[in-house]
Amino acid sequence: MTPALSDKKAKDTSGRRDFLRKAWPVVGLVAAAEFLLFTINMLRPGKELSKSNPISTLKIIGNVEDFQVNSVTTDRVNKLFLVRQQDGGFLALSLICSHLGCSVAWDEPNTRFICPCHSSAFDKFGNVVNSPAARALDYFPVTIEAGKVKVDISRKMKRKKFDKSQVTYAL
Amino acid sequence: MTSNADTTKPSVNLNNLILHLHPRRIKAPTLRFTVTFGLGGMAALLVVIQVFTGLLLKFHYEPSPDNAYNSILNLQQGLLFGQLARNLHHWSAVLLLWTTFLHMLRVLFTGAYRKPRHMNWFFGIVLLMLVILSNFTGYLLPWDQLSYWAVTISTSLLDYIPFIGSSIRESLLGGKEVDAASLTNFFNLHTGVIPVLMVVLMGYHFWRIRKAGGVIVADKDKDEPMIDTYPHLVARELVVALVLIAILFLLGSLFDAPLRERANPAISPNPAKAPWYFMGLQELLIHFHPFFAVVIFPVILLLAGFWLPYIKLTDNNQGIWFLSENGKRAGIYAFLAGLVMTILFILVSDVLPDPEMLLPFIPSLITTGFIPFLVAAGGIFLFLKYLHGKFSLNRSEYIQCVIIILVVSYTVLSFTGILFRGEGMKLMWPWQL
Repeated sequence: MTPALSDKKAKDTSGRRDFLRKAWPVVGLVAAAEFLLFTINMLRPGKELSKSNPISTLKIIGNVEDFQVNSVTTDRVNKLFLVRQQDGGFLALSLICSHLGCSVAWDEPNTRFICPCHSSAFDKFGNVVNSPAARALDYFPVTIEAGKVKVDISRKMKRKKFDKSQVTYAL
Repeated sequence: MTSNADTTKPSVNLNNLILHLHPRRIKAPTLRFTVTFGLGGMAALLVVIQVFTGLLLKFHYEPSPDNAYNSILNLQQGLLFGQLARNLHHWSAVLLLWTTFLHMLRVLFTGAYRKPRHMNWFFGIVLLMLVILSNFTGYLLPWDQLSYWAVTISTSLLDYIPFIGSSIRESLLGGKEVDAASLTNFFNLHTGVIPVLMVVLMGYHFWRIRKAGGVIVADKDKDEPMIDTYPHLVARELVVALVLIAILFLLGSLFDAPLRERANPAISPNPAKAPWYFMGLQELLIHFHPFFAVVIFPVILLLAGFWLPYIKLTDNNQGIWFLSENGKRAGIYAFLAGLVMTILFILVSDVLPDPEMLLPFIPSLITTGFIPFLVAAGGIFLFLKYLHGKFSLNRSEYIQCVIIILVVSYTVLSFTGILFRGEGMKLMWPWQL
């Protein structure tokens, strides 16, 4: 079967045109996607290359002896609770509820942290005792140097639940 | 003016403008107010008022955490009509959400989402989302306790979207928390990106109405006569517009837009509530695992919305409110069932002990997510089965019942969240709040 010359020519042309017709929308979509990503990227924070006065993120919260055993101290400036456990260990918990980001408050009579937004509650290890929160409060690593309790507020650690390794002891 | 001037014809300039938006002649039955309640036109007018009042507010607003709150205070207290300008912007935003939502319900309940109007249905969904987003980005700008914590809660919801959630949140906020970068982002989205997108899509939306042959009419009215757009439609539009503007000024003069204390990132108010149109979602979050409330439900709804025009229907009842007498009767049943079932669900879920405490060894995704989801979905399914047996519904009436139940449920959830949740998000009567 040999198609007529004119037919063949027409078919070639339509093949190329067909390809181009299909290629253009694809190219257009790719360009649109690039433009969208480019736009979203503009919303994101960039790296801070110049900072007028660098602020240390390692905060001194106080002296070891300032904090009684089995007590909770609220530090609203650094948005954390410094909890001194029964055995004298220190645990720094985030003030921010793990559910939707409201600030929780320590309820002394009931010995639990309570969130005003959806009544999630946490014990003094940060573990959930009342849903809807699904994971424990975030914690910050605590270091103790020369009798001073220091918390690195740049390192907020997510966790499912409390673990003994998150507590720091004064030597 | 020449002696043969005809008052039923507009001047040439006006004529050109109006007839670019409207066809020259329209079908007479579409003039009846109850066909559309003028909701689409009201929404369009409200967008224009938003743009106008928004541009005025921009002369006084400073988008930085240090100055935003004070610039609002100065606007309200130190400038003649400053408070009124903000009130008008606030109330037209509230009315815009309502009219857009009701406009969508009108389209659903008259079957106007079907082909050939499906493209307008899709872009209508997109426009509704833009209206919500526009409202939400504007909510942060006063930088008071209300706006700061509402935005904190709402954006934290994004964290529950697997894999990409926290990245979306960081892009939107320009960082990990609501701060100066978030205010810059929100201000620019609110006053630049979203309005431009909306105006472009609105142009397309209007053009598609003409393309579909005008507003939907029932088959029985197909042969009714055509009449001139001017003055018949234009006069009616003018009346609706003037009444709406009067209502808006009344609201703006009587009720001030809310402004609480300056935002304090360390202390959230108790109770801390999302913007009112997200309160149904926040109420849902009290009963459901966040993954269900934030991911599963919205994704199902969105997919169903885009799939809707492609469902094969057996009737041709579009253009009639609630499709048929049968559809109306079944709709009332669905309305009552949605009302009762949702209230029961909220009360039972409030009285029952926390499933997590009861069954701590099962993941909370199952106890507070999958199980209540099955209960709710099962309840709706069984009721629809009963309704189907009672009324022998056709497919579009069936779909209508599902939509009514969902809309009523979300409305009940919203009212519960707004009016019946007090300190610690506990259930109480509105006068106890």
